[in-house]
Amino acid sequence: MASNATEYIKHHLTFWNSSHEGGFWSIHVDTFSISLLLGFVFLGVFASVARNAKVENPGRLQLFVESLIELVDTQVKEIFHGKSKVVAPLALTIFCWVFLMNAMDMLPVDLLPWIAANIGAALGHDPHHVYLRVVPSADVNATFAMSLSVVLYIIGFSIKAKGLGGWGKELLTAPFHAHNPVLALLLAPINFAFQMVELAAKPISLSLRLFGNMYAGELIFILIALLPWGAQWLLGAPWAIFHILVITLQAFVFMMLTTVYLSLAVEAH
Amino acid sequence: MEFNATLLGQAITFAILVWFTMKFVWPPLTNMMDERAKRIADGLAAAERGKQDLEAAEKRAGDELRKAKQQATEIVMAAEKRASQIVEEAKETARTEGARLVAEAKSDIDQEVLRAKETLREHVSSLAVAGAEKILRHEIDKAKHAELLASIKAEF
Repeated sequence: MASNATEYIKHHLTFWNSSHEGGFWSIHVDTFSISLLLGFVFLGVFASVARNAKVENPGRLQLFVESLIELVDTQVKEIFHGKSKVVAPLALTIFCWVFLMNAMDMLPVDLLPWIAANIGAALGHDPHHVYLRVVPSADVNATFAMSLSVVLYIIGFSIKAKGLGGWGKELLTAPFHAHNPVLALLLAPINFAFQMVELAAKPISLSLRLFGNMYAGELIFILIALLPWGAQWLLGAPWAIFHILVITLQAFVFMMLTTVYLSLAVEAH
Repeated sequence: MEFNATLLGQAITFAILVWFTMKFVWPPLTNMMDERAKRIADGLAAAERGKQDLEAAEKRAGDELRKAKQQATEIVMAAEKRASQIVEEAKETARTEGARLVAEAKSDIDQEVLRAKETLREHVSSLAVAGAEKILRHEIDKAKHAELLASIKAEF
């Protein structure tokens, strides 16, 4: 049973890698394709609503989409005071995409892997070596891809708002100011180090927070799946209900922090 | 925790999603919502304006009504005054007409009386003359007393 359980967990935590050897140039097919599919679901729903949007007598789906837009728009307007055409759509994309990726956690933990194993078996593969991880946000690649993209936006916004020179100057003169030129020169490397740590901390905290939550959630679902089937609901139901909050909250937090970081980037220190 | 090219793929997907949202999702939806907000605001403003217009119209109508009532009262009063005036005039006319008729009748009567008196006098004188003639026919020569008779006649 113990080795069986370990194997079960291990199997569930193994990605569908494009190459058996792994390595940097291989990709996680499951993370990539599921997140891409979810991205298209998001775009498909929103674009179709946007295309058919009516000013009068909106349908239920349109009202739902509008309420999401309203939510994001309110938050962004409260936090980000500059003028930008990117921030609000970026925030909306993050919120919806992350939410959808997180929501994959709500599917029964064995459902998609079981289907995949059967398809794999039908195609002549060994079902024990068909791997599928259904929650893309429990993959550091997915969370870091987003948070590093956010860092690129932060740098871009900083340069756009302050100019390359202005941003460079800020990297060397903040947070410690000095009017004495010698002292300023001494403080420059310290400031730069601080700024770099700050810049690096943002994506790491963003992505690890999301990854940690989703990975833990997934792992607990896997552990619950190891219980005798009659007892699974006892822990499974509360955890799933609690997880509805977690997946929404994590998507919201990612969106909010991104907006905050971008508003910090355009404001002078 | 293993990093591989998935990260690049995810970043590209993310960039495409953001670009698409920025281009085709966010602007039309927010424009539509702004348009709706504007329409609602316009509608409320129009309703407010309509309410004010209605109030003004009601006020004007009340004023008009009051004015019309006042005018009607004035007209009725004037008519009543005129009516009593007409009655007075008619009374006056009737009175003077009556007086005139009475005076006329009186003068007619006087004339008639005068005429009757005259006729009577003539009758009496002619009767007297005739009487005298009859008395005197036997005694008085007509020619002789003609002068006397004429003077008697004139005396009448």
